Amino acid sequence: MSKANGTKRIALVASKGTMDMAYPPLILASTALSMDWEGAIFFTFYGLDIINKSKLEHLKVPSLGNPAAPVPVPNIIGALPGMTAMATMMMKSWIKKANVATVPDLVNICREGGIHLYGCQMTMDLMGVKQQDLIDGTEVCGAATFLEYASEADVSMFI
Amino acid sequence: MSEAVKVDKVLDAKGLLCPMPVIKARKAIKEIELGQVLEVLATDKGAVKDFEAWSRQTGNSLLDSSEAGGVYTFHIRRDK
Repeated sequence: MSKANGTKRIALVASKGTMDMAYPPLILASTALSMDWEGAIFFTFYGLDIINKSKLEHLKVPSLGNPAAPVPVPNIIGALPGMTAMATMMMKSWIKKANVATVPDLVNICREGGIHLYGCQMTMDLMGVKQQDLIDGTEVCGAATFLEYASEADVSMFI
Repeated sequence: MSEAVKVDKVLDAKGLLCPMPVIKARKAIKEIELGQVLEVLATDKGAVKDFEAWSRQTGNSLLDSSEAGGVYTFHIRRDK
């Protein structure tokens, strides 16, 4: 898809399905929109959960293997049942307290602003995800479609 | 300074964090005419540099910015 004259373009890959990793592509894409750029996010592998209707409101924060967590939890504790739910609950409470936009809010801003939401066909086949499982407006495609779009991008990132 | 600027619309983005101030600014600036001025109020410390970049990227003019009591005020003229 060719770029409009004088318009800047951002092309992002969202490959992670945890709440913390959903934020960067959504924030960058929505900010690009605010600056009248055009953009696309290619949701692949676990990143596909970010545009999965039944999952996007329930993305989780892992309690394991994150030494940067504000409340450090030893991995042996983080591995216990319920710890992921607890880490997720804590993050959600911080998000609410700081008045940070939620993942569903940002997905909506991107969708309504015209960011292309590319769903990875291969991931869908691999994980048994159907088009109707993904939010309306998702464009299902493969890597070639994304690469063609990204080839004219001014900013490209893998997240 | 700010007193000299005639404000046509005010966007209260206080309490909002990145990326919401610029997202709301985009919507607000499209609601004023070319040459009119949008005043943005924000408490996000990142907004100071962000509105400079945002104005450059959108082709609008950041006329001035100031801070008082933790509230940042930006005056942006719609040029595009």
